[in-house]
Amino acid sequence: MFKIVNREEMSDGTVVLNDIEAPMIARKAKPGQFVILKANEAGERIPLTMAETDPEKGTVTVIYQVVGKSTALFKTLQVGDSYQDVIGPLGKATHIEKVGNVICVGGGTGIAVLHPITRALKEIGNHVTCIIGARTKDLLILEDRMKDASHELHVCTDDGSYGHHGFVTDVLKEVLEKGETQQAVAIGPVPMMKFVSLMTKEYNVPTLVSLNPIMVDGTGMCGGCRVSVGGHTKFACVDGPEFDAHKVDFDELMLRLQAYCEDEQSCYNDFCTIRDSK
Amino acid sequence: MAEPVKKKKKTEKIPRVAMPEQEADVRARNFLEVPTGYTREMAVLEAQRCLQCKKPGCVAGCPVNVDIPGFIQLIKEEKFTESIRNLWGKNSLPAVCGRVCPQEIQCEGLCILAKKGDPVAIGNLERFAADWERENGTGELPPKAEPTGKKVAVVGSGPSGLTVAGDLIVKGHDVTVLEAFHKPGGVLVYGIPEFRLPKAIVAQEVNFLERLGVNVECNAVVGRTVSLDELFEEGYDAVYLGVGAGLPRFMNIPGENLVGILSANEYLTRANLMKAYLFPEVDTPIPIGKDVVVLGAGNVAMDSARTAMRLGADKVRIVYRRSRQEMPARIAEIHHAEEEGIEFFLLTNPIEYLGDDNGRLTGMTCLKMELGEPDDSGRRRPVPIEGSEFHLDCDLCIVAVGSGANPLLTASTPDLKLNQWGYIEADQETGKTYKKGVWAGGDIVTGAATVILAMGAGRKAADSIHDYLMLGW
Repeated sequence: MFKIVNREEMSDGTVVLNDIEAPMIARKAKPGQFVILKANEAGERIPLTMAETDPEKGTVTVIYQVVGKSTALFKTLQVGDSYQDVIGPLGKATHIEKVGNVICVGGGTGIAVLHPITRALKEIGNHVTCIIGARTKDLLILEDRMKDASHELHVCTDDGSYGHHGFVTDVLKEVLEKGETQQAVAIGPVPMMKFVSLMTKEYNVPTLVSLNPIMVDGTGMCGGCRVSVGGHTKFACVDGPEFDAHKVDFDELMLRLQAYCEDEQSCYNDFCTIRDSK
Repeated sequence: MAEPVKKKKKTEKIPRVAMPEQEADVRARNFLEVPTGYTREMAVLEAQRCLQCKKPGCVAGCPVNVDIPGFIQLIKEEKFTESIRNLWGKNSLPAVCGRVCPQEIQCEGLCILAKKGDPVAIGNLERFAADWERENGTGELPPKAEPTGKKVAVVGSGPSGLTVAGDLIVKGHDVTVLEAFHKPGGVLVYGIPEFRLPKAIVAQEVNFLERLGVNVECNAVVGRTVSLDELFEEGYDAVYLGVGAGLPRFMNIPGENLVGILSANEYLTRANLMKAYLFPEVDTPIPIGKDVVVLGAGNVAMDSARTAMRLGADKVRIVYRRSRQEMPARIAEIHHAEEEGIEFFLLTNPIEYLGDDNGRLTGMTCLKMELGEPDDSGRRRPVPIEGSEFHLDCDLCIVAVGSGANPLLTASTPDLKLNQWGYIEADQETGKTYKKGVWAGGDIVTGAATVILAMGAGRKAADSIHDYLMLGW
């Protein structure tokens, strides 16, 4: 059992942070790696990239958005409750290197995943410009932490309620125009990563994305998480989760993420009906 | 010497006792076990058929050399507790082996009675003894040697790992099994379906080892959570690697990433380990196909096809590029599949998957094949017939064309020597690898094989590990 020792709600309760006791994983985990969580016996195995690890306290931090039955079930877990299973650290760690000027672009809960990578890129000596976005101000997460982790922070909201009115790609274009960027990292919803990738490709800036396809075991055994990268099939769980954005087939990824949408919707609706009747 | 002759005459009169089974049309739509097991009377009657050969072929044919005439004699005498004790002497998973071993090419294939008729139903009797113990036994444990103070880590809780654990714990060693999944059992829980091997039985076999003193740690991905070298730093004296093959092979033809194409590993893991056939009572979904194609014709393909039928398919077809003769599945499994309405498209090979605008599978283009000269495997090589393309509709395709070596552990342990396919090089007789203190066995050494061969490798490795711990490398 893996106990939750701290819990915060963000984004109007649609996003939840958990610090979970998992000393073996905390000791080993590096930025960019993920864990698989399973709440209870009947639960689904859900992969989440870690937002933080604390080897001394023996905790790992995940930040997830409530999007379906499994994450809604996670949200019911309070401090002192436990996940039945936490497996990790899985996937390859981000390759952190000093290259000069780096842009980190984050959207939604992708910002949580981007945070440790941003910090590591800064610590190794890069100049880090950060662009984060959300639909609206109340949904934005980790602004303060991202400010600390970078040299320069730009905030965008789709509705203009805070920061730049528009998409992260608007600001990205301005930064790229300066022509001083050696590397980009983009983590967020697939459409965001796709459009960031299209733009950085125009400017020939190598770009990393972190993918979160549907997976079961997370150890390369099932192949459910296959993605097309440069025309080759890769398993996100062991070959990734990070890939060269310019080679990723984002359209295929979006279709594959829809594989169980009807089942997920009905399962979530049933869960909400039962929960709300209590 | 007159008596055995007389006895032989008598035994010839008893026909092999048929295994009672669920009716095909009923079982094709449920996940309950297909064979329901011998009754006490059936078992005792079948046991009387055994000739108690002086030089039993059956024992020679068993990869772990179970004392087959011995345990059968004890069933005949209705000494069921003694019978299971006898079995445990050589086989720590009799309830599993009685169900999934390919007896027809092992013990039963070498039974003297098979020369003129039906062999003794050794598998059914083994299953009976194990089930009887589970349901009626005292739960008494076999004796254990004095503690040796030596620690052994077993990586992987499939059939070979469990065998090693069971053997070494009774020899007095401190044994910890590390399993990457959240449940122990390896292929016995994620691969083999409920209707062939109920998961409660696997759980009970693991529980038996735990009661003997084996520590089972789940969610431990060796190569990620902890490295092989760290296990030695943690104080383990020896490590056994039984991690399985665990890398799904795909066809590598256009369209393979369409939604609706799954590896058999994924499909069966969802169905078996995650119990997705109970969705939405459990949270893991599984695609429900109406028109299902399974590629391949091994046991995993049969399991996938029969699972698809049970999940409500209208039509399930096995598509295989060779002919019936070359199908690698057990004959009993092929029969079971046919009885349940699975169709076979033999000498057929897909060359492309087809999908709709939403990226979902709608069908495939196949080629007809014919058999040419034998290939490396000794089987006749399938050769495409030119211009024989045809279309096959399907909304779900399960790819069961074999598996390769999962590199997760081996890639993080550079001093393990691998062969050209990525499998671990280990001594055939002892399971010793090229790394000191490390043994390996089962599918990660041989490539995908059977439960009992993995157990046989585990047995040999356990003996070798014991010698090492007591005497040295």
